[in-house]
Amino acid sequence: MTPPDMTRRRLLQGGCCLGLASLLPFSSRMAFAVAPTDKRLMVIIMRGGMDGLGAVVPYGDPDYADARGPIALPQNADTLADLDGHFAFNRALDPLLPLYRNQQLLVLHAAATPYRERSHFDAQDLLESGGLHPHALSTGWLNRAVAALQRPEEALALGPTVPLVLRGSAPVTSWAPSVLPGVDEDFLGRVAHMYEKDALLSHALEQSRMLEGMGAADDGGGHQAFPGMMKKAAELLSAPSGPRIASVDVTGWDTHANQNGRLAGALKTFAQGITAFRDGVGPLWDQTVVIAATEFGRTVRGNGTGGTDHGTASAAFMLGGRVAGGRVAGDWPGLSRLRDGRDLLPANDLRSLFKAALDEHLGLREDVLAATVFPDSAGVKSLRGVISV
Amino acid sequence: MTTAASADAFQAAARFGLGPRPGEFDTIGGDPRGWVLGQIYSASIPPEVQARRGGNALMARVVTGIRASSASEVQNAARAMRDVYIEETSARLQAQLNSAQPFVERMVLFWSNHFTVSVQRPIIAGIVNQYEVEAIRANLSGHFHDMLLAVCRHPAMLFYLDNVQSFGPDSRGGQRRGKGLNENLAREILELHTLGVNGGYTQDDVIALAKIITGWTLDRSSLDTRVAYRFQPLLHEPGSKRLLGRTFEENGEQEGVDALTMLAQHPATAHHIAVKLARHFIADDPPPRAVSVLERRFRDSDGHLPTVMEALVRLDEVWQPPLAKFKNPYEFAVSALRLTGVEPDPRQAVQGLEALNFRAFNAPSPAGYDDTAAAWASPDGVMKRIEWAHRLALRMPSGTDPVELADAGIGPVMSDMTRQTVTRAASGADGIALLLASPEFLRR
Repeated sequence: MTPPDMTRRRLLQGGCCLGLASLLPFSSRMAFAVAPTDKRLMVIIMRGGMDGLGAVVPYGDPDYADARGPIALPQNADTLADLDGHFAFNRALDPLLPLYRNQQLLVLHAAATPYRERSHFDAQDLLESGGLHPHALSTGWLNRAVAALQRPEEALALGPTVPLVLRGSAPVTSWAPSVLPGVDEDFLGRVAHMYEKDALLSHALEQSRMLEGMGAADDGGGHQAFPGMMKKAAELLSAPSGPRIASVDVTGWDTHANQNGRLAGALKTFAQGITAFRDGVGPLWDQTVVIAATEFGRTVRGNGTGGTDHGTASAAFMLGGRVAGGRVAGDWPGLSRLRDGRDLLPANDLRSLFKAALDEHLGLREDVLAATVFPDSAGVKSLRGVISV
Repeated sequence: MTTAASADAFQAAARFGLGPRPGEFDTIGGDPRGWVLGQIYSASIPPEVQARRGGNALMARVVTGIRASSASEVQNAARAMRDVYIEETSARLQAQLNSAQPFVERMVLFWSNHFTVSVQRPIIAGIVNQYEVEAIRANLSGHFHDMLLAVCRHPAMLFYLDNVQSFGPDSRGGQRRGKGLNENLAREILELHTLGVNGGYTQDDVIALAKIITGWTLDRSSLDTRVAYRFQPLLHEPGSKRLLGRTFEENGEQEGVDALTMLAQHPATAHHIAVKLARHFIADDPPPRAVSVLERRFRDSDGHLPTVMEALVRLDEVWQPPLAKFKNPYEFAVSALRLTGVEPDPRQAVQGLEALNFRAFNAPSPAGYDDTAAAWASPDGVMKRIEWAHRLALRMPSGTDPVELADAGIGPVMSDMTRQTVTRAASGADGIALLLASPEFLRR
């Protein structure tokens, strides 16, 4: 089918590099030709509120089983892959285990932006703007970081629109596949719920899902396109005169019901996307940092429908050939005390992870980071030692 | 939203209009009926659709090219006509997205569909938009028979329903060519445009009307520059004809004018139009009382369209209950684009709608696009709207608040379920998509 924004896609679909080159302003191409930057930075926005406790499971915490209740994952090798005796990966993240073991994957747990409410929209606004209050800034921290580079580059948004994190004065291009995939199961589930009392529409939707064999996918939804997008991202970031800094979304995290199955599906796709990207950039993996973060975590205890509701702190990931990983960084607040009696306490500031990538990886100065990229953040110190020299 | 909009304001914007643009409920204010009525008497033709893009001259080239068996000339002109079709159809969409007189635009859509011409006959692709301007829009303030006459004399209709190929069997032109009647237009005038399929006519009446309008064809002398209507006496069937019990003595072109006027004034026509209007504005199965009111006003006013439309607006039935009508894909897309403010470029305006299984001026038959939910609320149709909504939402600025947009679009009729679903969406874009896919937004 033809999407409303098909023309732009058509423009771009004739091969990434060709399409991109036609969009690049002349000056940018010149800049690449003169002094290409080798460092790559890929920022993945996990939209919907990823459950950090379900992804990087604090199974060694004495309160884990009690606090999570019915959705606590059983402590066996089929569901959990131990990392350090305290934390374990959800088995759906298996493809990422080798990266962790090779010290190329770092987790920052119990992390949050300064946002303390529970609206997706406002939380994503803060995650992307890097500001202190929702809708106070109209540009994104990644764009301001690009603009602050010695040789500003053109950044790349993978997707039909430029997300807030990449909006701003620095030039941005975008790429989207010529045909977007159909909508994901999570979204369709919401539509189906909304149609419940509407005989005409619920019947039509049910029929259609049956016909298209779209029902019953337990792969977490929201994200089937993600591995493909990451493969394309690797291709674009590897091109000699291509962009170096990019962002992409991955969705399917808003697991209000039947969390364990849906989260596993989403994590699996996420992991597939990461490995596709790693394989795609090949030797450039050593010059690459990938960050993945979500707008907030979810309630510690499962709700009445086997899911979790909007919470506060979650886990974030940093990966790359020279990332000093193989560890879960930051403070761990424990599960004996919860925020508002329900959420994982925010013990670490997500901005410290972002700053670390911009500082140690891209070489932006700390004062620039504290003033321009993340306004009024002098008190938030960048994580140290995330890149091995 | 500064004030809570009323259910009537929603009806005015969604059912009479093309769906609210943000702030439209405030514009409508406390007098929704007045807002709708005011448009009836101030209908104007939007500048976007008045511009001529040469489709008429291109069609003339195709016609002369066919006569000269010049394949390349035909091909080139046909290709250019397609571009004109896309540009003009896009301009029409643009006018409808921008319109501050959306009830006028809905009347245009209604009558244009009633008097369908379709690019399934590709030769008219360059002039279908002109047809709508010249035959439909230009007559909204007149009588039904004015519109009927303009329609039946327009090259688009004359080609679409083959009257250019209809010859009086006993006319000099017919004799010379050895050709005779083509009943197509005459039949559809009776069946679709005026009396209705059960309007009491016979096959003899079809033949009589076909004979009456022989000679209603193209002006051959102007074909080097344009396609235009002209009555050709040499093709007209001579002699008297008998239509619906009335004898029409030989009177050339005037026979047809008199016949069409008679058909327009026929009680069956009043009933047929009343049913279609009530179906479009009230319910798939229109309430009989409303039909009879409209029918009476149509007859009493000699089919004066503003009078009939005013009667429609004053019907209680048309103001309640809300959401009785399922939007067709075009209505759905236009309302979504009006609410979101997303502006499609010309090709998107045509091809983006094909994703919804819809193309403007492309009805499958002379009966036009179906006007009932049964035709449109198909599994594939609904799924395509969900997908389309999802993609459209991705084009919205990320700061857009989906709940605010929902209030601006369906606020007065929004269910708790829909409000909750939009509020709890996983992202702003998802919230907008869910709003656009909501049961309330799919209806009017």
